[in-house]
Amino acid sequence: MSNRDSIRDTFFQECEELLESLQEGLTAIDDDTADSETINSVFRAVHSIKGGAGAFGFDDLVSFAHEFETILDEIRNGRLDQPSSFADVLWKSADLLGDLVAAAAGGVAIETHRTSDLISKLVSLMPETSPNSNWEQEAEFQPLAFAFDDPLFSDTASEETTYKILFQPQDSMFENGNETAVLLRKLATLGEATIICDISQLPTFQILEPEKCYLSWMIELCSSASIEEIQDVFEFVEQDCDLKISSTQDALNDTSNAPEDPPPESNPPLQLINDNITQQHDVDGDELEQIPPTRAPAPARDASRANRSSDSKTAGAPATVRVDVERIDKLINLIGELVVNQAMLSQCHLDSELSADSDFVTGLDELKTLTRDVQDSVMAIRAQPVKSLFQRMARIVREASAATGKDVHLEISGELTEVDKTVLERLADPLTHMVRNAVDHGLETPEQRQISGKPTKGIIHLAAAHRSGRVVIDVSDDGAGINRARVLETAIRKNLISQNDNLSPEETDALLFLPGFSTVTEISNLSGRGVGMDVVRSAIRALGGRISINSEPGLGSTFSISLPLTLAVLDGMVVEVAQQKLVIPIAAIIETLLPNTNNFHSIGHQDVIFIRDTVIPVVDLGNILGFRPPLENLTKCVLILLESDLGVQFAVLVDAIHDQRQLVIKALEENYGEVAGAAAATILGDGRIALILDPNDRLFIGHRNAVTTDSRQIANG
Amino acid sequence: MQQATQTSQSNEPNFVAFRVADQEYCVDIMSVREIRGWTPVTTLPQAPDSVLGVINLRGSVVPILDFSVRLGLKSQNPTVDNVIIIVQVDSQTIGLLVDEVSEILSIEDDAIKPTPEVTYEGSEAFITGVITFDSRMIRLVDLSFIVLACPQPAPR
Repeated sequence: MSNRDSIRDTFFQECEELLESLQEGLTAIDDDTADSETINSVFRAVHSIKGGAGAFGFDDLVSFAHEFETILDEIRNGRLDQPSSFADVLWKSADLLGDLVAAAAGGVAIETHRTSDLISKLVSLMPETSPNSNWEQEAEFQPLAFAFDDPLFSDTASEETTYKILFQPQDSMFENGNETAVLLRKLATLGEATIICDISQLPTFQILEPEKCYLSWMIELCSSASIEEIQDVFEFVEQDCDLKISSTQDALNDTSNAPEDPPPESNPPLQLINDNITQQHDVDGDELEQIPPTRAPAPARDASRANRSSDSKTAGAPATVRVDVERIDKLINLIGELVVNQAMLSQCHLDSELSADSDFVTGLDELKTLTRDVQDSVMAIRAQPVKSLFQRMARIVREASAATGKDVHLEISGELTEVDKTVLERLADPLTHMVRNAVDHGLETPEQRQISGKPTKGIIHLAAAHRSGRVVIDVSDDGAGINRARVLETAIRKNLISQNDNLSPEETDALLFLPGFSTVTEISNLSGRGVGMDVVRSAIRALGGRISINSEPGLGSTFSISLPLTLAVLDGMVVEVAQQKLVIPIAAIIETLLPNTNNFHSIGHQDVIFIRDTVIPVVDLGNILGFRPPLENLTKCVLILLESDLGVQFAVLVDAIHDQRQLVIKALEENYGEVAGAAAATILGDGRIALILDPNDRLFIGHRNAVTTDSRQIANG
Repeated sequence: MQQATQTSQSNEPNFVAFRVADQEYCVDIMSVREIRGWTPVTTLPQAPDSVLGVINLRGSVVPILDFSVRLGLKSQNPTVDNVIIIVQVDSQTIGLLVDEVSEILSIEDDAIKPTPEVTYEGSEAFITGVITFDSRMIRLVDLSFIVLACPQPAPR
C-alpha cells in the first residue's frame, strides 16, 4: 500500500514537471515560435499525464487528457494549422489539466461542466477529415486524401516507399501503460497500411496471462513518410518492444499493386519473419549510398538513436536524482554545523597566538574556503529557477484578464534566476495577489487606454534578477500609475491618516500596505477584499524580504520584492549589549555612528537624535530587551541606524560592534516559540547562541509609532 | 555527588530521579535525551522567569528552564555543579536545570501512588504521582505541563 502511495507521489511530482513543460510549449505556440519538437514535447507531456492517470484510475483526468491529446496530435501531424489562433483554448485546457491533476491529488473537485465545455470546444477544433477510426477498422484503414494534397508532402508523394515493419511488444510495454492499438492507428495515418496480426504465440485460454503480450504485428506501410517519422510513432515504446523497420524499394511494385492482399505466408512462425526482416535490413544498409538523398539520414538517425538510448544512462539527457527535501535540509543543517565549527577553530587560532604563516593557519584557511564552497554548493541544490512560479503567474494573468475584460500581455524576463525552493513556494501567494492587483487595479480598461493614447493591450512585466546577494522580483504594469489623490482620500476616510498629514508621494504609495486599505469602491471578484497589499507585505517580510513601490502617473507602477537568496544564511553584524551578543541583519542597517552629546534630545521619556535634519527615535536595546535598566549616559554607546521593511527608521544603542559575517539561521520556534525582538537565532564562533534582531518587531516599531506625532510636530514646527 | 544505584524492584530502569532544592523528582527515562553540565545560556528578551535562556545543543536552539522556579521555589544561581537534563516532549526539546541527577530507578506501575490533595498550589498540575521507598519520596513529573512555561511553538 505504501509502495503504491509512493508511486502515486512520484506520479504527481512528474505531473508537476510535465505541466511545466506543457506551459513552456504553449508559450512558444502562443508566440508562434514553436517548432515540431516543441509541439512534440507538449504532446508528450499530456500523453504521459494521461498514461499515468490511467494507471491510477483517475478517469476524469484520463478522459480529458485524451481529448486534449487528440487535438495536440492533430497539430503535431500538421492537420491543424496555426495553433496560435486557438491558443486560448489550449491554455484553458492546460489549466484544466493542471486542476484535474490537483483534484486527483486530493484537491478541490472540478465542476463537470467545465470539463465538458472545454471538451466540446476541443472537439469543435478537430478537422473534419480527421480519423475517428476504431480499433476494429484498423486493418482496412483507408489512407487520408489530404496527405497528398498537402503542399509539404506533394513533392515527396511520388517517392512513396513501402516499409515492412515488424512490431513485437514485450511484456514491459503493457506494464508501462502503453497501448498497441494507438500506435497502430497512428501508423495507419502515415499512409496505406496493411496490418497483419500474428497470433501464433497465443496460448490457450487456460494458461493465458492477461498482462502479457502474445501478439505481434507485421505491417506493410505504403507511405511517403521517412523512416524517422515511422520511428517517431514508436518513440515512447522503443525500450518496450522489438521493432524492425525496413524499407523495400524492390517490394514497392508488388505491394503497391495489391496492398490489400495478405502476404504469401499469412501466419508464418515468428522467428522466420524476424530473420527475413533482419536480412533485408542488412542488405538495405549496403544499398543506402544509392538511395535518394531525402532518405539518406534515416540510417544515421537510426544509429544515433541506438547510441542515444545506451548513452542516456551515462551522458545523454541531463541526469537528475529525485531527493527528499528533508534530506537536503538535513545536509544544509550539517553544513551549518561545519561552518560554525570552522569558525570556532578560527577563533581558537586567534586566541592561541600561533604565527600567521604556520601550516596550521594555511590549512585552516583552506578549510574556510572549502567550507564556504561546500555551503554554496549545498545551497545551490535547493535553488530553483523562478520559471515555474512565473508560469503559474501566466495563468493568473489569463484568468484576471478574462474576469476584468482587459486585454493583457504578460512579459517575462529573468525566469532562470534561481531562488531557494522554500522562498519560491512561499512567494506564490503574494505574487499571485500582486499580479492580480496589477491587472485589476494597475491596468486601465481598453477604452481608457485608447483615450490616453496607449495600445489597448496592457502589458504586465514580471522580472527576476540577482542583485547584490538578493533576488529582486518586479511586477510592473504600464497602467495609469497609482492615483495618489484617491489613495489619500481613502486613507483619510478610513482614518488611517489625518487630514493635516503632509505626505510625500512615496509615503502616499506606502499607504497601500496599510491593513484594510482598498481603493476600489466596489469589491471585484478578483481582488479588493480588503486583504490586499498588507497581506502581501507581511508574507514578503516573513521571508526576510522587502517590498517597495515605484509609480509614475500615466506610465504605470512597479512593485519590487527584494528577497534573500536563501532562508538559511544571513549577513549580519555582531554587536554586544549588556554582555550579550546580538546579530543585526545587514539588510536592515543604514549606517553606524558614534554619537556626541549635542545630537541627543528628549521628547518626554523618548530619546531622539537628529541625523541630517531628521528626527530619529533612539532605542536603548539593553533596556528594551530587558537586559539592564535604562542607560544614564548614551554617548558611550554606538548608534546603529536601522530601517524596518516598512521604511520606519530608528536607531539602536549598542555597547560595541564586533564584526560582520555570514551566519546560519536557526529557528527559535522549533523548541521554544516567538521571542520578542528577535526573528531567529544563530550560533557564533564560540558556540554560543546569539539572537538575530528583527527590526520589524513591534518592540521597535511600536516604540516608533508612539512618538510619530511628536516627531512630526517637531519636524513641521 | 551521590552514587547512582540501581534498585532491584523491577528489571527495566524506567525513571530518572533528580534533586532540586532538596526535593526529589523523577521523569520518564524515555523522554530523557541526555544529561549535561551547565553551560552559559543566551538570555531571551522578555521571557518568563522560569526560562533562563537558550543554549546550542549540536546546532539546535534549546531553551533551558529553571526547574525550581517552575516549582514556585526561589531561583538559583547556576554554577558548574548544576546539571541540565535534556528532555523531549512531543516535538519540543528543552533543558531542565536541576541540582543533580541522583539515580536511575526501576519502578513498578503499582508502586506509584496518587498525588496527595494538599500539594502546593500550582505544582500539583505537573506532579502525576509519588513514589515512596526507603523513607524517601520521589515526585513523578508530567513533562507536558513543564513545557507550558515556554510559549507554544508558532504554527507553521
